[in-house]
Amino acid sequence: MALLEVKDLKVRVEEREILHGLTLTVNEGEVHAIMGPNGSGKSTLSHVIAGKPGYEVTDGQILFKGEDLLEMDPNERAAKGVFLAFQYPVEIPGVATMTFLRTALNAQRKARGESEYSTPDFLKKVREVSKSLNIPQDMLKRGVNVGFSGGEKKRNEVLQMALFEPSLCILDEMDSGLDIDALRIAADGVNALRSPGRAMVVITHYQRLLNYIVPDVVHVMSKGRVVKSGGKELALELEASGYAQFEDAA
Amino acid sequence: MNVAVAKTGNGRAVSDLFASAEGRLAGSPSVIAVRREAFETYERLGLPHRRIEEWKYTDLRALVGEVPPLAAAPDAAALKRAADAVKTHAIVGARKLVLVDGVFAADLSDVKALASEVSFKTLREALEKDSGLLTTAATDAVIALNAAMATDGVVLSIADGTQLSAPIQIIHIATAASASGFTRSQVAIGKGARATIVESFVAAGAKAYQVNDALTVTVGDDADVAHIRLMDDAPDAVNVSSHFVTIGANVKFNFFNMTTGAAVSRLQGFITLAGEGSELSANGVNLLQKTEHGDTTLVVDHAVPNCVSREVFRAVIDDRAHSVFQGRIIVRPDAQKTDGKMMTRALLLSDEAEADNKPELEIFADDVSCGHGATAGALDDSLLFYLKARGLPEKQAQALLIQAFVGEAIEQIADDGLREHVIGIAERWLERRS
Repeated sequence: MALLEVKDLKVRVEEREILHGLTLTVNEGEVHAIMGPNGSGKSTLSHVIAGKPGYEVTDGQILFKGEDLLEMDPNERAAKGVFLAFQYPVEIPGVATMTFLRTALNAQRKARGESEYSTPDFLKKVREVSKSLNIPQDMLKRGVNVGFSGGEKKRNEVLQMALFEPSLCILDEMDSGLDIDALRIAADGVNALRSPGRAMVVITHYQRLLNYIVPDVVHVMSKGRVVKSGGKELALELEASGYAQFEDAA
Repeated sequence: MNVAVAKTGNGRAVSDLFASAEGRLAGSPSVIAVRREAFETYERLGLPHRRIEEWKYTDLRALVGEVPPLAAAPDAAALKRAADAVKTHAIVGARKLVLVDGVFAADLSDVKALASEVSFKTLREALEKDSGLLTTAATDAVIALNAAMATDGVVLSIADGTQLSAPIQIIHIATAASASGFTRSQVAIGKGARATIVESFVAAGAKAYQVNDALTVTVGDDADVAHIRLMDDAPDAVNVSSHFVTIGANVKFNFFNMTTGAAVSRLQGFITLAGEGSELSANGVNLLQKTEHGDTTLVVDHAVPNCVSREVFRAVIDDRAHSVFQGRIIVRPDAQKTDGKMMTRALLLSDEAEADNKPELEIFADDVSCGHGATAGALDDSLLFYLKARGLPEKQAQALLIQAFVGEAIEQIADDGLREHVIGIAERWLERRS
């Protein structure tokens, strides 16, 4: 069943069109990779799906579980099950990570009409997941991402994915700034979350990440459109031949 | 200054006020003479206005205009309302001294419980002997007005070495509408003593009233003092308060001011480090909305060498509110090795909100480390989006960021219980806002 349907999406930023009619369908349980050169509109797509301000959708639509995502505030999208793992997670001094996690989880549950997580259940869950992601407990007491290394910030994103249990995870350049060990830990965390009811969209510039998170479908983006789609072998092909061939196609 | 302008209708209003109140003002004939002289000073100056440098951002003549008549002494109904307010605002475990409409309310206070640790009198009692209580280290028109009009207050003396077992909370309650309350208090803390003093300013149903309070604190050597002021007067009230603090040697003094109420408020603190080796931590938060005007003015005077002062101030300003922070650090010629720093930040929640920061360093010694910093800005959109993308609705995301912002000042409160209490006040303010 289609979880995410992006139809002929056109998006402007400050009078400049970035996405020129992008179409993409992601089904439940699938992992899609979106590859493309810098400036092809990959991050714009992820921001528009999450609801970041500053983007003007001039045409097309985004349906999530059949509902119009563009009509929802970012927090409503999160409560419905959309999760964006940020390329550059922000630092929030003065807001303890634990407080943030609990506040966010309960806000989502409240929006869905569910009861708040009990404290013992919440703590147990956080401990379990943070342990598997190699996140020390004292990190959770610090301000959100404050003083975290690049790898720690990305692991903190994966920790949130595991806690919030979204049905659509968009990973925006998760590999940027990570060394191989950090990448492996984060990727293992993501792989553990693969499930039949959950889809993932992995946005990356390099094929490297896809050695760790193996996609079902690979899309190539160029100049604001998806110009080619295929199986995981497409990523290897790109690694060998580069993006230049698609620049002309677009 | 322009004397002709100072003698406007404002001075006349006070003149009538003084004449009609004179019968209720405590003191021996010599005290009354001091009051009359103070009143004449006030009448000569009039309410402070923008051409007086210290009051540049808080023009009381424009903001307040008139001083309403002295509040009547509280009757039984007023005291009943005040008793309810005490229940709401009392700090758990604290010993209370309650002033209602400027009059000490013995029945609402814990005088007996205090007696074992502290010597206590009302200002009214103390003025029978001592006219010195009406003079202060600094003076201006509102302080002179306070000296002229102060009806009552608390006079506390904490003996050397006393370790107070509970905080002392002075609660000012207004029950009378369109009236003025003038109070003046003194707290003397002995050498090596340990004390926590909390001041609360609240309303019990009163509207459009004015508070003018003065507090003198003297701290003996080696004492450890926490002083918290919580001003939550009615949204249309005026509160002008003056602190005169003199700190001895090797003292730890931890001060915090929280402003969450009043249409117009000013706290002016004059703090003198008069003994070597002391550490002053003076901090505050202004939470302002609608058209509120909140001014925190601190003058920290390093009169001797080897003292440390730290000031952390945060303002959150919504709607068309206006926050003022004036921080002056004076380092006297002999005050070598002074370490004085001040950091103030304002968070503007609306395009029409206004913040004025005026740091002033007056350094007359050459071997010192002093500095100040000031910023003003809006909430960071990228942080807001991150929180919203994690499921927090706009107002809740804002509230979390605002709490973190004011937390930088609140965390300077050394006492765990009081810190939690102040965090609770900030949380309730944010709930009121959303």
